[in-house]
Amino acid sequence: MPTKIEKDSVTGRDTTGHEWDGIRELDTPLPKWWVYVFVATIIWAAVFCLLYPSIPLGRTYFHGLLGYSSRATAMREVAAIDARHEAAMAEIGRLPFAAIEKHPDLMAVAMTDGRITFANNCQPCHGPNGEGRIGYPALGDDVWLWGGRIGDIQHTVTVGIRSGDPDARSSQMPRFGVDGILKPEQIQAVADYVTALYGIAKPGRDISAGRQIFADNCAMCHGDKGQGNQDVGAPPLASHIHLYDANRATIVAQVTNPRMGVMPNWNHRLDPATIKSVALYVHSLGGGQ
Amino acid sequence: MSAVHDPTELAAEAPGPLYASRVRVYPRAVRGPVRRFKWAVLIACLAIYYALPWLRWDRGPSMPDQAVLLDIWNERFYFFGLTLWPQDFYILTGLLILGALSLFLVTSVFGRVWCGYSCPQTVWTDLFMWVERLIEGDRNARMRRDASPLSLDKTWRKTAKHAIWLGIAFWTGGAWITYYVDAPSVTRAFWTFNASTPVYFFTFLFTGTTYALAGWAREQVCTYMCPWPRFQSAMLDEQTLIVTYQGWRGEPRGHGKRTPDAAQARTDAPPLGDCVDCSACVNVCPTGIDIRDGVQLECINCGLCVDACNEVMQKVGAQPWLITWDTLARQAARKQGQALPIRWWRLRTMLYAGALLLVAVAITAGLVLRPVTSLSVLHDRAPLFVPLRDGSLRNGYTLKVDNKTPHATTFALTTAGLPDATMILSEQSAAKRHELALPVAAESVGTFRVVVQGRPTALRDGKQPLDFVLRDPQSGRRVTYRSLFVGPHGS
Repeated sequence: MPTKIEKDSVTGRDTTGHEWDGIRELDTPLPKWWVYVFVATIIWAAVFCLLYPSIPLGRTYFHGLLGYSSRATAMREVAAIDARHEAAMAEIGRLPFAAIEKHPDLMAVAMTDGRITFANNCQPCHGPNGEGRIGYPALGDDVWLWGGRIGDIQHTVTVGIRSGDPDARSSQMPRFGVDGILKPEQIQAVADYVTALYGIAKPGRDISAGRQIFADNCAMCHGDKGQGNQDVGAPPLASHIHLYDANRATIVAQVTNPRMGVMPNWNHRLDPATIKSVALYVHSLGGGQ
Repeated sequence: MSAVHDPTELAAEAPGPLYASRVRVYPRAVRGPVRRFKWAVLIACLAIYYALPWLRWDRGPSMPDQAVLLDIWNERFYFFGLTLWPQDFYILTGLLILGALSLFLVTSVFGRVWCGYSCPQTVWTDLFMWVERLIEGDRNARMRRDASPLSLDKTWRKTAKHAIWLGIAFWTGGAWITYYVDAPSVTRAFWTFNASTPVYFFTFLFTGTTYALAGWAREQVCTYMCPWPRFQSAMLDEQTLIVTYQGWRGEPRGHGKRTPDAAQARTDAPPLGDCVDCSACVNVCPTGIDIRDGVQLECINCGLCVDACNEVMQKVGAQPWLITWDTLARQAARKQGQALPIRWWRLRTMLYAGALLLVAVAITAGLVLRPVTSLSVLHDRAPLFVPLRDGSLRNGYTLKVDNKTPHATTFALTTAGLPDATMILSEQSAAKRHELALPVAAESVGTFRVVVQGRPTALRDGKQPLDFVLRDPQSGRRVTYRSLFVGPHGS
């Protein structure tokens, strides 16, 4: 409690009695309008409480006379965005790829939708950015089993590979070893030839026998120079990259009892516009042709 | 004047009221050189404020043609030929620092001239007072009318005054908006009721604040709300030129006749000073203070009391400039009959001026050296590289190209460091090229995904440097960004 309430002789006003190092504080009255502003803020608060959700009532609450709800507002905005997105997706579904690519706004929607769809559906096998793994093709390189043009990609995603869909892309590599089409030593010889195609052959090894076996049995699908054939999904063998590992043992195993991958058909899970978006996205990863 | 007083006298009566009504200030009209200067500053400030947004500035097609536009929604600030991007914001910060330092320097030399002449609060209050005087008359007429009961005359004058005030306030609030959105189009939209809700909200908000602050609050803004008067004392010193009542000349003040020396000798009273105690200085003061009490918080250093006093001094035949601009040090010396020169250069002013110069040079350098084209490159995180059928490698990059020029430009992108490298704009075309054309619109950022294909020859720890070279074909300017080309370890 201040004790030395004094009158300041210059202003004629009382001091508060507070003193700091000889500096005394004048007891200046507050301007009246300031008090009115304070009262006005209280009235404002009361009106606000009436108009807007304010009072908790157990399991519910007083909704306010305006019935405002931030959740409802947010949901309305989400609905508006959804509507815009749906309109864009309808356009993507309707237009051919060439037209979509000329339309930057549609392209932006397609790329975003494609990226998200890819992350939700494709990345468990093909990797988060389409980098692939053994048995699952990388999507950014220049080897395409069934074609790397955008329409090819769209078709592959739609019907899948050996997926059971009636239109599925399908091909079968004969089980040369298991079914006895080639003898073990013939398989060894053709493997020698294929290592030469791979570029990993041991120098000085005779591959002429393997070349003949290859021409007779493999070239039909894989091509006479091992260049592959996208019509039947036959991978190129004269290449530095391979679906399975690039060593002789893997080649022998594959010729003896081939592994053949399966890709699901997405036509029963994704609508055509979304599949087009995924195709555009995959095409943009760097390998698109 | 010296303020030696004895505050130890104990308050006798009970403590005063907690709240007090504002003591109304009725400033009287005044004529003189100071007032003329103040009008000139007012007209110049208001003309700039209201007219500047309407000034056009051709920036080419699809660019705003407003000379000064703070386009917050599109993240661009336009000042005539200069466009500031968000990353140039440090320049704006520098301008604010420049403004603060100028204020410090001017205040330490000339006192609160900012408050007295160019502060928006002062300018609009002055304008509103001029309107008030035009309709309700000068000080005495206004005081008389305010004290009189309600009459037709009082009603129409008050109504007219507030209507004009609101009109000016509305014009002011509307003008504020035109600094943020294109002036002609927002004005048209406003009057055809097509403008956005924020436009209407802020127009009426600033209408309200202008009306309340310049019409009603006036000097209370300076004394209760504004922080500047509170720390001005840190800028003022005894060498600062401030509006000063020359007490040594004016005191003792009095109405009486200035008696000749012979008659003076017969009385005991000391001879009267030059101050005739006419209260002219108090009556014209827009903040309602008595300058003769010395420097005080409320004084905005406008000097209207100088004009008022000079007028009276001229009438009574005394020397003018009883109230003048002077420093506390010179006044103290005058009292002793000495004359001191004004010390313009003191450590304080030299420091402020030096800092001002430094910041000005830094900002100018920043503006001149600001790159108008910049390139940044982000290497894909996964996959780091993609091996290809023929044994070569592919690396993916995201390029951001800032085009700060007012022209749409198609930049040429090449690489260096990887022999025979080709590039693909993978989101647009599968064509491999040695040089890519990257079109970027004026004043915007272009984002491109570029895939580079090549055979690295000098991989060390799985990577080698790769330079992206961006060339502006018109100016020939080149920007190089050193990135990496990544390959397998040990190859």
